Amino acid sequence: MSTISEKILAEHSGHREVTPGEIVKAEIDFAFMPDLTAALAFYAMRDMGISRVWDPRKVCILLDHIAPATNVTNASLQKECREISRDQGLSHFYDINEGVCHQVIPERGHVYPGMVLVGADSHTCTHGAFGAFATGIGSTDMGAAIGTGKLWFKVPETINVNVEGSLQSRVASKDVILRTAKELGADGATYCAVEFTGSTIDEMSVGARMTLCNMAVELGGKTGIVAPDDKTTRFLKGRVRHPYRPVHSDRDALYSRTVEIDGSGLEPQVACPHSVDNVRPVAEVAGTAVNQVFIGSCTNGRLEDLEAAAEMMKGKRVHRDTRVIVTPASFEVYEAANQRGLIKAFMDAGAIVCNPSCSVCFGGNHGILAAGEVSLSTSNRNFRGRQGSKESQVYLCSPATAAASAVTGVITDPREA
Amino acid sequence: MKIKGRAWNYGDDVNTDYIVPGIYLELTDPVEIGKHAMEGMDPEFSKKVRRGDVVVGGRNFGLGSSREHAPIALKAAGVGAVVAESFARIYYRNSFNLGLPALECPGVSRLIKTGDAVEIDLEAGTIRVNDAETIKIKPVPEFMQSILDAGGLREYIKLNRENW
Repeated sequence: MSTISEKILAEHSGHREVTPGEIVKAEIDFAFMPDLTAALAFYAMRDMGISRVWDPRKVCILLDHIAPATNVTNASLQKECREISRDQGLSHFYDINEGVCHQVIPERGHVYPGMVLVGADSHTCTHGAFGAFATGIGSTDMGAAIGTGKLWFKVPETINVNVEGSLQSRVASKDVILRTAKELGADGATYCAVEFTGSTIDEMSVGARMTLCNMAVELGGKTGIVAPDDKTTRFLKGRVRHPYRPVHSDRDALYSRTVEIDGSGLEPQVACPHSVDNVRPVAEVAGTAVNQVFIGSCTNGRLEDLEAAAEMMKGKRVHRDTRVIVTPASFEVYEAANQRGLIKAFMDAGAIVCNPSCSVCFGGNHGILAAGEVSLSTSNRNFRGRQGSKESQVYLCSPATAAASAVTGVITDPREA
Repeated sequence: MKIKGRAWNYGDDVNTDYIVPGIYLELTDPVEIGKHAMEGMDPEFSKKVRRGDVVVGGRNFGLGSSREHAPIALKAAGVGAVVAESFARIYYRNSFNLGLPALECPGVSRLIKTGDAVEIDLEAGTIRVNDAETIKIKPVPEFMQSILDAGGLREYIKLNRENW
């Protein structure tokens, strides 16, 4: 009667069974760090009296948050990351040309069902979309993980979010997770695993499931998780070399709470400033003028996201008072989008296409907002000042909503575009 | 262990962007990071705060990113502890890992206001406010307490390497 998360943690800590609340020490299968947190993790490891990582094949650094470097400070940090990677003999290192860690890590075959994966980035929960126990940790925890190959966890309770029915055209997994955020609130899943089930999830692509799991942390969750199926296997085929065994929740698994979402009746949703759970149907905020539209991030920078956006923008021009920034999540996505003519569609519409990176999302790279400006963003956080001035506002939405609004210059229901 | 200072109450939903805005994540020196503590809400905080002061929050303190820069900044700025109604989980772990107590205390954001004199007694699990009222803190979980007793996870691992 265990959930996926409980089974994975039990297996990795040498227990037959674990119960929520119990503290276990689990073996780590893979650990990765982006540019802004990696150096701190290695300082922590050194301070623990450990000079080498426990397994250089299972530790990886990626330069994604600021790419390419924008000043001497972050250029020096990136240089340090390259040196650490070389000195430690890490088998995998992804430089500024590769893309956002949460897209690159599964594309390069580092994620598989049943594993324990830790990342020094809060959106590591994204990888639960592959049936992994994946969670974001800070740099000191990461220092322990890379130095010893182990980390302690409090076994989380699991909340079941069950979504039934076929989504309407131009309604996406982003709308599902925003609706879930409204239901649970920004701390409704604190220290819980959030397991997504139901026919809507079964119908979703692996990429759409990544969007759901990506935002589990915005509900306070320790991880998001989706049971692996044939779609998962198809995505992983040719990428993952490590043997794996899919893990599923038992039929009588105990959930601390179940939330039912009506997938077929769901409208496009928007998270309004300044919190992720301040969610309304797009109709209620339609007409709000937007200065900047951002399409990208680990939440919504995948090929299917760019396709949904291009469908709205193809043959049209973005509004003259709205600047539009499109950032593919990875080089693989960038290349595929280019081959399919999506990049040209964005360029023809007057959007800027940036190189794969975290881009506008976290306010430390480019696309910074001035006071009084409004951003419509497909990313995952809309805290006050997140993308620039404290006097700016960020709304969160799906790629289709963002692109439809890019054309009109005001928040627009993509079903009416 | 006792922590004595003035309180700074920032209310509910103090996220990690407020504690250290994203633009400073490129910094690695705690002293430099500390200069930007709470800058997203109160740009003058690092100049006003004194060693031993206590940050008070409401619900979900530290929500958002995994950036350890957040507790690093508070600690480097001189903050002795954070007391809140509840904490987001990554922040909570990060704070204890650095040896900075993150203490849960129901109702605290209504009971303590900015400028109050506070004295936290970790052993007794109490906060004395303005030398008048005493508030109970929720007990620190045993495992977190052992990390705190060691002075943080770095020291804990050094001491317990063979049992880790």
